[in-house]
Amino acid sequence: MGLNRRGFFNVLAVTGASLAVGKKTVASPKSEKEIEFYGILYDSTRCVACRTCEYECAAAHGLPEPQPEVEAIRKTDETCNTVVNTFQTENGEVYTKRQCMHCNEPACAAACLTQAMHKSKTGPVTWNGDKCMGCRYCMVSCPFDMPKFEYQSTNPKIQKCDMCMERQQAGEVPICVANCPAEAVLFGKRRDLINEARRRIYENPDQYVDHIYGEHEAGGTGWLYLSSVPFEELGMNTHLRHSSYPELTKGFLYSVPSVFVLVPTLLLGIHQATVNNHLKVDDNDE
Amino acid sequence: MITMNKEIQLAADRGGKSIWKFLLSELKPRGKWLTPFNLISIPIILVGLALILLRFAEGLGAVSNINQEIPWGLWKGFNVVTGVAFAGGAYVLTFIVYILKVDKYHSIVRVTVLNGFLAYMFYAGALVLDLGKPWNIFNPIIGNSFGASSVLFLVAWHFLLYIVAQLIEFSPAVAEWLGAKRAHKILSGLTLGAVIFGITLSTLHQSGLGALFLMASEKIHPLWYNEFIPLLFLVSSVFAGLSMVIFEGSISQRVFFRKISSKNREARNNMVQSLSKICAFGMFAYLFMHFLVFIHGQHWNLLNTPMGYWFLIEMIGFVAVPMGVFFYASRTSSLLLSRVAAIITIVGIIVNRLNVSIIAFRWDAAVRYVPSWMEIVVSITIILIQIWIFRWVISRMPVLDEPPKWANNSH
Repeated sequence: MGLNRRGFFNVLAVTGASLAVGKKTVASPKSEKEIEFYGILYDSTRCVACRTCEYECAAAHGLPEPQPEVEAIRKTDETCNTVVNTFQTENGEVYTKRQCMHCNEPACAAACLTQAMHKSKTGPVTWNGDKCMGCRYCMVSCPFDMPKFEYQSTNPKIQKCDMCMERQQAGEVPICVANCPAEAVLFGKRRDLINEARRRIYENPDQYVDHIYGEHEAGGTGWLYLSSVPFEELGMNTHLRHSSYPELTKGFLYSVPSVFVLVPTLLLGIHQATVNNHLKVDDNDE
Repeated sequence: MITMNKEIQLAADRGGKSIWKFLLSELKPRGKWLTPFNLISIPIILVGLALILLRFAEGLGAVSNINQEIPWGLWKGFNVVTGVAFAGGAYVLTFIVYILKVDKYHSIVRVTVLNGFLAYMFYAGALVLDLGKPWNIFNPIIGNSFGASSVLFLVAWHFLLYIVAQLIEFSPAVAEWLGAKRAHKILSGLTLGAVIFGITLSTLHQSGLGALFLMASEKIHPLWYNEFIPLLFLVSSVFAGLSMVIFEGSISQRVFFRKISSKNREARNNMVQSLSKICAFGMFAYLFMHFLVFIHGQHWNLLNTPMGYWFLIEMIGFVAVPMGVFFYASRTSSLLLSRVAAIITIVGIIVNRLNVSIIAFRWDAAVRYVPSWMEIVVSITIILIQIWIFRWVISRMPVLDEPPKWANNSH
């Protein structure tokens, strides 16, 4: 039985589809849905800005105790892993806790050439000082500017929230969650947290803006935010990509093996061609 | 017996001295000490070395103005990212000479490779200064710390391998200097392999240095950030490297006048003309790519802002204008105009690389990064030491002048 025109096109279509599907499965072997990350839901409508989390976090991580009187809007730095900021909005004072977002696909971990920045299987993004060489490429890459470097130290560390990795391994919740008097932070599986956040928005539509910050930002983050005002009013970057940052370098990284095969082959080919040419010219000269 | 004979013969090549005495005598300075270059460079280098000590004693923050939001400063942006672009001449010229077999450039390939090799060595040096924990620098190379998903991991590996490739490319000159004939034969045989390997590595890490910034998509001003940064970096490294070859050649020709034979001197002028043409075409391709990226990005409204004016200055003043001058210079075979264009191009490349890595990086930050005087002195120190070593090698090894007669036979 010969292959007629229609049959040929069918074969083409099937091959093409299988190629496309095959590529898709290869490109994302670990989709976010297969892995259950733990995360934390922060509800700014419940936060009372008591800054207990700041004090407890500093104590638990051996960092200096925070100042009692502080400016309304601060950034985390090498001496504090989390800050609670106060914003004046149309809904009155609204508070926001800031810390590392623990992205599902963190730019810092993809940037790290020693795997010192590492996304653990349970969710926290942690830093390993024995591997880090202090190049600060994680800081260049992080869309939230969260890794902080000890510039004044001769043996510097990268400081940032580690979602209390050690406490989690011991079966405890992160220190900020354990000590929040207002239950503004909730620890759990990320998927459950998103459902809980949706439930809160659904049941109190007047209290919340219809947006869970961190559900899609930067391809999804471990920390999720609820707010009564649009997030840009809380100093959150709302112009971030909704897909992961490491994806931006995938094209380049995937091209490397092909370059390594194609370029030397091409060069050798040209070299061979010019070798013969060269000999002929020499013969003519002599 | 044979080895003894060989030793005697080698010793004859070195003027009858043993290898250690020879090396010792070669370490001594030659010529006048009190040249203007020495008088200016020695104090700067001394201050720079003191600042480097301070940096290791007190931490990076003691000398550098880099901060939590702009973590890469002058040492990374200028000495590393910009320096590598200028070292691009080595892979372009080895391609022309060893792959395309265009013999007329043969006399400048060695000096260019030497330049590239030294640039890479000092780029590594600047990197070590900038690392917070430099004692962990071998982690990505040994042990279980392969961050294979990192662009920087690739850049680091390519860089390391390329240093080795360049060393092999240059090694025949070292063998000629030491009079090691056997080694010379073996090392010359490795050249083609090293060249092919080196060109491949160069394409990957010239573009890789651009790819480093791909993840900083919101941090770099949209006029400079685009997904084609790697390609733009690669294309611009061609004319950046060749402009450096033209510029460096014009200085070498004056400083090392006696080293270059009159035949080569004439050939060099002819080369500058051809290199100018290559630069002009490269810049045309680069400009065209930028134009496409710009149209595609739809950033017309951004042009009428201070950053937009700065972008136009870079594109017109430092790419389009020197491109035109290069074209005109190659037409009229004007050596002077070629050199002028090369200098404008070099400044333009510095502007471009600093724009991507520092100036347009977090252009909206509340606290702008301005390098401290100490960072600038250290940056200059690195370059000056590089020039010192370059001069030392040039005045001892057969780089600019013809190799010894025995070396030609084994080619």
